[in-house]
Amino acid sequence: MSERPLTERIDAAGGFVDGGRYEEMGGYVAARQAVTSMTPQEVCGLVKDANLRGRGGAGFPTGVKWGFVPDVPGRKYLVCNADEMEPGTFKDRYLMENDPHLLVEGMIIAAYAIGADRAYVFLRGEYHESYRALTAAIGEAHANGCLGESVFGTTYALELAVHRSGGRYICGEETALLNALEGKRAQPRTKPPFPPASGAWGRPTIVNNVETLCNVPAIIRRGAEWYQSLGLGEDSGTKIYGVSGRVKRPGLWELPMGTPIREIIEQHAGGMCDGYRLRGLLPGGASTDFLVEEHLDLAMEYGAIQAAGSRMGTGTMILMDDHVCPVDMARNLQHFFAQESCGFCTPCREGLPWVEQLLLDIEEGRGTAEDLELLDHNAAFIGAPGNTFCLHATGAIEPLMSALKYFREDFEAHIREHGCPYRSGPGSAAEADDGAN
Amino acid sequence: MARIEVDGIVFEAREGENLLQACLSQHLDLPYFCWHPSLGSVGACRQCAVIQYDDEEDERGRLVMACMTPVQEGARFSVDAPGAAGFRASVIEWLMENHPHDCPVCEEGGECHLQDMTVMSGHTTRRFHGRKKTWRNQDLGPFIGHEMNRCITCYRCTRFYHDYAGGKDLQAFGSRSRMYFGRTADGVLESEFAGNLVEVCPTGVFTDKPFSQSYSRKWDLGSAPSICPGCAVGCNISPGERFGRLKRIHNRYHGEVNGYFLCDRGRFGSHFVNAENRLRRCGVRVGDEEFQEIEGLEALAVLTDLAGGGNVVGIGSPRASIEDNFALMQLVGEDQFCAGFSSDEAVLNELIVDIYRSGAGRVPTPLEIENSDAVLVLGEDVLNSAPRLALSLRQSVRNESLRLAEGARIPLWQDAGVRGHAQGALSELFSLTVLPTGLDDIAAHVEHLPPEQIARHGHAIAQAVAGVGAEESASGRIAAALKSAKRPLIVSGTGCGDGEVMRAAAAVSSALRHAGSDPALLLTALEVNSLGATLLGGGLGLDEALKRLKNGAADNVIVLENDLYRRADPSLVDAALEASRRNGRVLVADLIETRTTANATHLIPVAAYAETLGTFVNLEGRAQRFYQVFEPRAPVTSAWQWLGEAGRAAGRNDMRWQHFDTVVETCASRPGLEALREVAPGADYRGAGGLRIPRETHRASGRTARNAHIDVHERKTPVDTESPFSFSMEGAQGGAVGSARSAVWAPGWNSNQSVFKFQDEVGGALIGGSSGIRLFEPAHGVPAPSYAMSQTSDEGEGFRLIPLHRIFGSDELSAMSPPVVERGGAAEVVLNRADAGRLGAREGDGIRCDLLSASAALRVDDAMAVGHAGLVVGETFGWLPRGRVVLSRDPDFRSSQELIARE
Amino acid sequence: MSEPAFIDVLSQAEIDAIEIEVAHLPDRPSAAIDALLIVQKHRGWVSDESLAAIARLLGMSAADLDSIATFYNLIYRKPVGRHVVMVCDSVSCYVMGGESLMMRIRRHLGIEPGETTEDGRYTLLPCVCLGACDRAPVIMVDDQLAGPLAESDVEDVLGAFE
Ligand SMILES: Cc1cc2nc3c(=O)[nH]c(=O)nc-3n(C[C@H](O)[C@H](O)[C@H](O)COP(=O)(O)O)c2cc1C
Ligand code: SF4
Ligand code: FES
Repeated sequence: MSERPLTERIDAAGGFVDGGRYEEMGGYVAARQAVTSMTPQEVCGLVKDANLRGRGGAGFPTGVKWGFVPDVPGRKYLVCNADEMEPGTFKDRYLMENDPHLLVEGMIIAAYAIGADRAYVFLRGEYHESYRALTAAIGEAHANGCLGESVFGTTYALELAVHRSGGRYICGEETALLNALEGKRAQPRTKPPFPPASGAWGRPTIVNNVETLCNVPAIIRRGAEWYQSLGLGEDSGTKIYGVSGRVKRPGLWELPMGTPIREIIEQHAGGMCDGYRLRGLLPGGASTDFLVEEHLDLAMEYGAIQAAGSRMGTGTMILMDDHVCPVDMARNLQHFFAQESCGFCTPCREGLPWVEQLLLDIEEGRGTAEDLELLDHNAAFIGAPGNTFCLHATGAIEPLMSALKYFREDFEAHIREHGCPYRSGPGSAAEADDGAN
Repeated sequence: MARIEVDGIVFEAREGENLLQACLSQHLDLPYFCWHPSLGSVGACRQCAVIQYDDEEDERGRLVMACMTPVQEGARFSVDAPGAAGFRASVIEWLMENHPHDCPVCEEGGECHLQDMTVMSGHTTRRFHGRKKTWRNQDLGPFIGHEMNRCITCYRCTRFYHDYAGGKDLQAFGSRSRMYFGRTADGVLESEFAGNLVEVCPTGVFTDKPFSQSYSRKWDLGSAPSICPGCAVGCNISPGERFGRLKRIHNRYHGEVNGYFLCDRGRFGSHFVNAENRLRRCGVRVGDEEFQEIEGLEALAVLTDLAGGGNVVGIGSPRASIEDNFALMQLVGEDQFCAGFSSDEAVLNELIVDIYRSGAGRVPTPLEIENSDAVLVLGEDVLNSAPRLALSLRQSVRNESLRLAEGARIPLWQDAGVRGHAQGALSELFSLTVLPTGLDDIAAHVEHLPPEQIARHGHAIAQAVAGVGAEESASGRIAAALKSAKRPLIVSGTGCGDGEVMRAAAAVSSALRHAGSDPALLLTALEVNSLGATLLGGGLGLDEALKRLKNGAADNVIVLENDLYRRADPSLVDAALEASRRNGRVLVADLIETRTTANATHLIPVAAYAETLGTFVNLEGRAQRFYQVFEPRAPVTSAWQWLGEAGRAAGRNDMRWQHFDTVVETCASRPGLEALREVAPGADYRGAGGLRIPRETHRASGRTARNAHIDVHERKTPVDTESPFSFSMEGAQGGAVGSARSAVWAPGWNSNQSVFKFQDEVGGALIGGSSGIRLFEPAHGVPAPSYAMSQTSDEGEGFRLIPLHRIFGSDELSAMSPPVVERGGAAEVVLNRADAGRLGAREGDGIRCDLLSASAALRVDDAMAVGHAGLVVGETFGWLPRGRVVLSRDPDFRSSQELIARE
Repeated sequence: MSEPAFIDVLSQAEIDAIEIEVAHLPDRPSAAIDALLIVQKHRGWVSDESLAAIARLLGMSAADLDSIATFYNLIYRKPVGRHVVMVCDSVSCYVMGGESLMMRIRRHLGIEPGETTEDGRYTLLPCVCLGACDRAPVIMVDDQLAGPLAESDVEDVLGAFE
């Protein structure tokens, strides 16, 4: 078998993998094996040994998380986080649209491992194609006895349904997601209680990312050691890396965990477009700190990226080229985060719009040295983990702090020159942001 | 307990309680917004940030929210560390981005929690240059003003209104920096507790509308500790006065009665004090002529003439203080004195006292009912008859949620955590009432039955508790739940007018006692001093008193603060007053014009509660003192003073008292009233430093000039001979008695949030103890009494009438408060659809009761039992006959709306 | 009495679809967002009337439901045109020229973001990252993605939606 547990079937099928193809290529073997011949503890243990880490951004060890589910009677839930609204991220959509059964199978195994009898895919509202693919796959899995009252003929019962989101970035935060799933406003929840103890509808709940769950079938089939051996460095398995921005071939590739950044950009994405030079990149989505030239030879794995002051995040990187104004890009990012703030806690709700305003002022030539200080001040007070209720604002400040560090000269030039050096004329970057609501 | 250190101060705090609460219990200054002692923590505002250090070595520490941080042994914190203080200043700076600088015209100005926290946090210079957001405000009805631009998005309003009080029509809309708190559309806020928003909101978004319309700064309001006259709960209030006008009512914290909240009857019902139909002059009239104004001395002479003459009947009132009633009783003699209830209600109120004394159950304090884990409500529409209790009952059902959260190790102050985990799990509340009530939505079991069937059901529950009767029946299930509860509570009362219902409640409680549990039993009376007047006693029933007048057995009557037409058969009242007018004098001493004053020969204007002092006894038997807030303008005088002077003038040796304290002393010599002496400090009490307690604030402005438009000389400050309070700003707040405080105000804390500075610990008793004293306690150690169902026969033509109470409109005085008039509804007759059909009437048609010579609009409600009619108590229907009466469709009836429309 | 009339606002198809969602969930109010999206799918947006009807159907207050509705980006409480044109304004599209694309679309439709063309054909909305960053800059018209989009493609792409 190839060494690409996530995308091998998609490649073999040249795109969409239907139910038939999925089964032909060893589909549901792992789930059947887990449910019919392994105990939930064994499944958990295997995933723990494989050292699978969450692909949703935080990188928490999946098997360890599953182990937090208390052994109590009554309903438990598995929820797949398929919200994928982190700007620059498009990996989960790829998996769901092209190989929906892989996710279904991963969820059956995960649900079995934690003793859940109900599972939901919390799906981004705009992912219409994923919705069609998933609902069809769930229907087929039901018809084939992989889901329902008696999973693979055993006494294990599992219902799986898709919940479509009303659309807000914060829904991706796992406790906000649970509120959204319960049909409420997606405000994050206090921890404790942690979801494994008290999650959806007050019951034990595990939330995992799509990509995380898609790794599970292969781990069951081929074992922890094999999975570990896939990674080049510290971390196990493969990772779907993505690149967007001014490269020749933007896209996604499943590569061994720990593939160097430079290799991803130059070999897989084809390098920068002609006439564009790379100035910086957000390694794992909009809420990660900028990396620059000097970091290109780092391995894309949790520890190495963290040591460089950023985060692996979702592993899908956004490149900033030399035609892009770092101040304006920061403004664009802060516009997103201010707009997507849930509105619950003060620093995020009121601080981020101010940050956006300051960046706009600087970008448009009205900024002063004091404004730059205010940016630093706000960034420091909004961004420290714990200062806000959840990590949304922390994530928002990561790219800003690092932009202020790596591209400070650009900020100062705007102030000095009363305008944006990247713009020919005095243009406005302001945008109306009114939605219909 | 755990020892913790905050900025070098080491103190003990309760292990697991949140740090904010622990700091506030130490009276430390730590800013906050979203936390509220009754609402718990959610961590939204981030204002309470402090630094927590990991250990002794840790010098940097990390920022945590005090309200979200449990206290643990040995933990070390700093409030003052620059990182924490700087962050808190930033929080203010963020909040002020959009907050208008309208403090000069804002009703909250000078008592604004946001102002206080802004100053305390040290944010002074505006650095945000963006545009402020503006919002459209909503018309939320006659009670509450709305100014959304002032909102700082602390979520307290919806957390109180929606989560705590169960209101369904106020919500948080939108997201990010565009949060809006309001209704889906303009309209009256439905909750009966909406008024608390005024105090819960830390800024001026939700304001007291009647107060706004006649506004004064907090520092210009005079005040004294008072008791809400709205119902028998006896909530502690702080009325604010300026220039002889009652301006507003604020909650006055009491750790056992009302906590932090009032109902809207209490908050907005006091404006009767300023009403146009206040009686302000003495009057006399001959025959059917108009009243002529007379001098106070002349009126006093009439009163003196009647003193002890024997040929007089004195009718007191449950809305007057014990002392006023007592003074009248002294004047006319016990055998000629009637407490002023309808004869039926007198029996019911005596039954309350009997049941309480019998030891059928423990009598809980109003707030204590929040701890109950199973509740049985028999017959009482609590939200309408004793409204504040309904808010507490609503908290009691959350005990199941708290229990679940405790099991999951979620701190109980972690409000969102508890709610999320418990998913709205409720402890059981069983409600057997005549019609749907405002508690049905949280009840595990609801039945709508006429009173006699409620009683029967109650007795069946009692039997089931005792092990007799089918377990599958509803009674069996209710009995089982009450029996297995740790803190069962039975609530009943006089509201539906049937003593058998209260006897059934006592039977259930008694049976639970027999079964070995310790039930709480709370019986509600209807008026602020129903129990006080009952305990005072008096030889005469009202019907008997009226008959004496009618028969000429007595020629004169003194009516004190009572509209007899609401208490007895109107035709009997007419006949009695007519006879008395013919044979002697009808002297009515009241504070407001009523049908009874209209039938008087002599009128004496007496002080309203805020203009005098006295004692009310609430539904748990707690005697509480209310003090004079301001002096009424002569000749308006306290009733006990009028009566006392008359007694003295008549040379009565037993009425030589000149001062209030002597009235109390004399009254306390009556059996059962001994404890009256200890209710509250007397006139010779002095606060801290041996000084009087000022009614005015230390900031009362322009004292020397405030009357300058009338007279440039500073007015002489009146001397209060009756209480320890002064009518000026001199003196000192505080002292050893918790209740002897006219205002809560502490350095840095100008808003009512400062109350924590005056509590032993947050949410506990006021320093110096909770005020008031129970006049009696249930018998201890006696075997539980047994209550059997008495047999009644109820056959016959016509309808049995059931009184229905309304929070807005049924209470005589608050119903005359203009905002309540605007909020309240008209009288109604409620009938079952079948009965309505039989009368040929449809919703909105007039239904006439010939016996009462009154009609009201029909409301059809199938929950009303066939053969029964519910009559909304108020101006139209006061006294209701007990037997069956004939009702008919009234073709000439015009609803009040129609009448207004025609005008 | 007005209750049945209120529910009448919803079609049987809508009620059926909502009930299917309810069946997956532990209680009725949990289906709030699903129900709003279902009704919006049938009507394009959620009117006050629809909102009140959904609230009744799910046994919750209109204020509670509106609190939820106004939180989410994809639930429209104002009428929209026959086609909703969502233009990604997040970072990858921004880097790839999303702002000039938006400018072009605005000029083409003659409306500002948040507005609907006079003929009721298009509503223009900015939106957050559509998860198609490899195709930046992208737009989504109704449920169809289009990208990468050159400014010159705008007319053709939008023209396909009647
Ligand atoms: C603001 C915010 C947004 C997030 N969005 C997503 C998301 O869209 N998808 C996702 O899988 N995880 C997201 N996360 C991470 C989740 O909270 C959670 O850690 C993750 O779903 C756990 O799954 P994993 O352990 O499989 O990674 C987000 C976190 C934050 C703070
Ligand atoms: S940081 Fe605060 S306002 Fe921002 S999304 Fe989290 S909880 Fe909401
Ligand atoms: S009071 Fe602690 S966060 Fe608001």
